[in-house]
Amino acid sequence: MDLIIPTISQGLLWSLLAIGVYITFRVLDIADLTVEGSFPLGAAVAAACMLGGMNPVLAIFVAAFAGMLAGVVTGFLCTKLKIPALLAGILTMIALYSVNLHVMGKANLSLLQVDTVFTLYSIPDVTLGNMVLVIGAAVVVFTGVLCYWFFGTEIGASIRATGCNPHMIRANGINTDITIILGLLISNALVAVSGALVAQANGFADVGMGVGTIVIGLASVIIGEVLFGTRSFKNCLISVILGSIVYRAVIAIVLQMGMPPNDLKLFTAILVAAALSMPLCQAKLKKRKVAE
Amino acid sequence: MLNIENIKKTFNPGTITEKVALRGVSLHLKPGDFVTVIGGNGAGKSTLMNAIAGTFKVDAGKIVIDGKDITKLPEHKRAKYIGRVFQDPMMGTAANMQIEENLAIASRRGQFPTLRWSAPEAQRAYFREQLKPLNLGLEDRLESKVGLLSGGQRQALTLLMATMVEPKLLLLDEHTAALDPKTAAQVLELTNNIVNSRKLTTLMITHNMRDALSCGNRLIMLHEGRILIDVSGDEKKSLTIKDLLAMFEKAAGSELNSDALLLS
Repeated sequence: MDLIIPTISQGLLWSLLAIGVYITFRVLDIADLTVEGSFPLGAAVAAACMLGGMNPVLAIFVAAFAGMLAGVVTGFLCTKLKIPALLAGILTMIALYSVNLHVMGKANLSLLQVDTVFTLYSIPDVTLGNMVLVIGAAVVVFTGVLCYWFFGTEIGASIRATGCNPHMIRANGINTDITIILGLLISNALVAVSGALVAQANGFADVGMGVGTIVIGLASVIIGEVLFGTRSFKNCLISVILGSIVYRAVIAIVLQMGMPPNDLKLFTAILVAAALSMPLCQAKLKKRKVAE
Repeated sequence: MLNIENIKKTFNPGTITEKVALRGVSLHLKPGDFVTVIGGNGAGKSTLMNAIAGTFKVDAGKIVIDGKDITKLPEHKRAKYIGRVFQDPMMGTAANMQIEENLAIASRRGQFPTLRWSAPEAQRAYFREQLKPLNLGLEDRLESKVGLLSGGQRQALTLLMATMVEPKLLLLDEHTAALDPKTAAQVLELTNNIVNSRKLTTLMITHNMRDALSCGNRLIMLHEGRILIDVSGDEKKSLTIKDLLAMFEKAAGSELNSDALLLS
């Protein structure tokens, strides 16, 4: 029972990553691996700033800005230099590994000695664990509303149309290079903020903390879509956030049931592979039924 | 309205798949001209359209629309002047977005997008009024996703979107070819209504010779990257398919491969 609050809290902090992955994977129709680098980038930048004496809230904004730059680099590689999006993301991700080491100066930074957004403002009778839940929820609601608004504007609609049909949107006068770069920028800003928040909540930033984040993001997106629907953009955003929480719950449950933590990534990869192959399996089953 | 001067295009130059698609095409359209374009497979019809639309840059020559040289402009910047309907009904609309959202994007063609709300309630009445003449009942389905529509409905919607902001030039690239005959006839009728009532300068590719003769005030036939036949006015009105085939044989010095063109 005492796992419920931390599970939801972690789910909320990681849901910003899930929204970021949703924006590239579903809205732009690009599998963007930059997140594997921009997640630890957000953590590294926030940690370095905070250890340098910066306000932890401000540090999150600096992290977001760093994430934006990472997204722009990938966007530039895949639009202006015509490198396939998947490879562009891998290149940025690999480059960011070195960048992150430079930012932190070493492979791991502890944040236990400095104030974080969760310790900065204390509310009487609210424990640190509950503060993570409260602040996490506030940030996620704010981000969700902001995303819903932005993707409903003329620029946001152009980005959505770019992922859906680039021919159509170009025929209507929109530069798809710009919309793709903008989408990657927003996505990676959210991912970096997620990294910054997770680092602050867990008390450290680590150069290896990005490994597998794309798969975690995809798992959250797919679980959310299957369980909570995809009727509209608003519905999708809520689904993805809830999907992130459900993913954390699933992980907590399988760990409780005795699965070795080392197998977590394997488990997640199998989960995502199974979910992604579901449409094909369903079609095959249907065909067999029709044949009978 | 449209001035094309000696445009040339070769795909994959210097390779084994080299293909000379346009060998110097010049074309002058007056405002309100409705030109049908015919020609066999590989004649350069679609290449001509795409050269005008800016899908690629031409190797030589000049394209001017309404006095503005667009030869070097990228595709999205030409959209301000050009409305387009594609052969593939999937290409003109965004399937995952609502009818209303698609119309909202089309209603701003050529404008820079802002942070204003994309599909405000206030525009709905206008969209309904625009959709009504299509007689497809789409005015009651503004919030439906376009992906749920049939190919004919999507082409009709694309046609509306392409002409919502009045284009200086309307490009129709075999826009009825992928539809069944009945739907194709309906979309063609709609095309005639829109183009004729608003006197839009239009280039329409068709592979149907009868449509090419019955629509518009001018007809051009492309062959091997050149304009082979160009008839307009009364001469076009009295033209029959037989005449057209005879003209082709005389001009090209060979018999027209009728597989490539529908004679009926």
